[in-house]
Amino acid sequence: MQYYRSHVLVCAGTGCTSSGSAVLFDEFEQRLKDAGIENEVKIVKTGCFGLCAEGPIVVVYPEGAMYCRVTKEDVQEIVLEHLVKGRIVNRLLEKPTEVVEKTDAQESDFFKKQMRVALRNCGRINPENIDEYIAYDGYAALGKVVTEMTPEDVINVMLDSGIRGRGGAGFPTGRKWDFARKSVSDKKYVCCNADEGDPGAFMDRSILEGDPHVVLEAMAIAGYAIGSDQGYIYVRAEYPIAVERLQIAINQAKEYGLLGKNIFGTDFSFDIELRLGAGAFVCGEETALMTSIEGHRGEPRPRPPFPAVKGLFQKPTILNNVETYANVPQILLNGADWFKGIGSERSRGTKVFAVGGKIKNTGLVEIPMGTPLRDIIYDIGGGIPNGKKFKAAQTGGPSGGCIPASLIDTPIEYDTLIEIGSMMGSGGLIVMDEDTCMVDIAKFFLAFTVEESCGKCPPCRIGTKRMYDILDKITKGKGELKDIDDLYELAEAIKTSALCGLGQTAPNPVLSTLRYFKDEYIAHVVDKKCPAGVCKDLLQYKIVAEKCKGCSLCARKCPANCIHGEVKSPFVIDNSKCLKCGACMESCKFGAIIKE
Amino acid sequence: MKSLAELKAIKEKAQNDLAMRNAHNGTRIVVGMATCGIAAGARPVMNAFMDEIQKRNITHATVAMTGCIGMCRLEPIVEVIDKEGNKVTYVKMDADKAVRVVTEHIVNGNIVTEYTIGAVQE
Repeated sequence: MQYYRSHVLVCAGTGCTSSGSAVLFDEFEQRLKDAGIENEVKIVKTGCFGLCAEGPIVVVYPEGAMYCRVTKEDVQEIVLEHLVKGRIVNRLLEKPTEVVEKTDAQESDFFKKQMRVALRNCGRINPENIDEYIAYDGYAALGKVVTEMTPEDVINVMLDSGIRGRGGAGFPTGRKWDFARKSVSDKKYVCCNADEGDPGAFMDRSILEGDPHVVLEAMAIAGYAIGSDQGYIYVRAEYPIAVERLQIAINQAKEYGLLGKNIFGTDFSFDIELRLGAGAFVCGEETALMTSIEGHRGEPRPRPPFPAVKGLFQKPTILNNVETYANVPQILLNGADWFKGIGSERSRGTKVFAVGGKIKNTGLVEIPMGTPLRDIIYDIGGGIPNGKKFKAAQTGGPSGGCIPASLIDTPIEYDTLIEIGSMMGSGGLIVMDEDTCMVDIAKFFLAFTVEESCGKCPPCRIGTKRMYDILDKITKGKGELKDIDDLYELAEAIKTSALCGLGQTAPNPVLSTLRYFKDEYIAHVVDKKCPAGVCKDLLQYKIVAEKCKGCSLCARKCPANCIHGEVKSPFVIDNSKCLKCGACMESCKFGAIIKE
Repeated sequence: MKSLAELKAIKEKAQNDLAMRNAHNGTRIVVGMATCGIAAGARPVMNAFMDEIQKRNITHATVAMTGCIGMCRLEPIVEVIDKEGNKVTYVKMDADKAVRVVTEHIVNGNIVTEYTIGAVQE
């Protein structure tokens, strides 16, 4: 083993890769060689740090200095200044500071209120090196479980910890395992749901990319607990980096004998295979996922029988989400009491959220449950950009609902979110500001479910389409008050009669926006206005005569040639020809053009 | 993997390799590596520190470079800063002296007074 005086961690998650981190790795290699210090500094590819908005991210140890938005050109400066001369490059730090002692990224606002359990290794280890995982207690829980604990012990710890599934519904994980344990069968299966499909959500991807071994270890533990020797990870093919790293991890674990026959010299054997999904949202639903693994078209089937009784290939099966698994080894190592100490009474532990939309720090955050939404948006997320007002946050994606600004102090817990008409979901958190039209948002999510509905049951296939048509009518200014009643009626019918979770939850975005923003629906239907100025058919651009200087700039920018007037006197827009593109409004230097 | 002991062995080896990523609160050995320092022989000094730390599996100390602190005539200069921020400045260092600083100061906590700036300047 060679000693290095400094480690340079370059983020190789999907977020930073798409903002250009791949070239940084080679550039560092070259520049270190040029400086003659390639034997003193080690470059490591690592997983997501969570601050994706500021990517590509590079962290230099031992100082722990976190450099943001690093370009190929910056690499030379980091090498010469920081690595050769020992001077931290202040201008590239997350928040430039004069005090060198404060360069440690963990001290920043973004990380201070977070607590990393599921993401603990992301951005800290090299995900393609099993030794680094082992260094941070990797596979120690598996070792402890198979050599010191009975399967019942394992399930008791899981039950006692109170952990609930992180994939959406929040079913207690221990009880799921307990049912599967008690099912009698010659063969049982452990599945991992890595078919993350909510628009804007990427928690699971980051765990798979940054810490793939934690999922393998947890699945082996689950296999021991329920008496299974075979696991499947169902991961979407659209996550090429995650798929590649999982395969590397599986190969390394097999080589070390941490998967395979007689693990830790016991008679417990366990193997894991990958199955790639083709990107159908419905395959994230557990019965559809298993149908897809079996080689059939991904369609759900009625429950009961539940998977714990008859699941994959008609055998007892447990299916957990990636983030749930990422908590398991820590719970078994530190004990149920440790886990119970985190979070709140009915929602133990932490939850990872992919925060996106109208927020400054887009990225990944992990917070103890019970943290108010306000802390996530303002303290960790850095607030709303451009001085706009916070309007609502959508959790649970197309199955969830919105949390309006008036409820911003709601603690993030499974039950409180359901009470206010939203849900925890898998962890997508989309922040919306005053420029967002809630009817349009509901329409967006409905369009998504219409597209992704598998078509097996009529309530979902036909019902969501009808709801979408009504919303479309409303946003086009052709709605009537009766349409709102129809939306309620359809929503109720779909919720109670659809076959699977996709359909049953599809009306939620409509119901929750109706609950908190009914006035916006009314404005669309009765006044034929879109208060947020989003729905094009309800908009009119106007020139305020008192403010217009008659410079003619807007008229020259207008692609439809519908602005006319005499130079130095107010111009007028001909609304019969206007395309509502907004080019005139952007070009006006006097703020004389308004939309209403 | 046949036993827990085997896993533990891999873990310990890997932990040493990664110690630096947790060493925020450890001892920092800072070697002056500006032109003056390098000309006076700072690179062999730094290499000696790195070799010695590796040989002894020391995990609570890190080696870093810094620029010129202005006393070029006393180079190579090495500062040892403990976790409380107390600083000891060694001057006119060489590789052998570096080994002794690791043994006596880093490992046993005894400052090698005769190499410090106070002793040399008197």
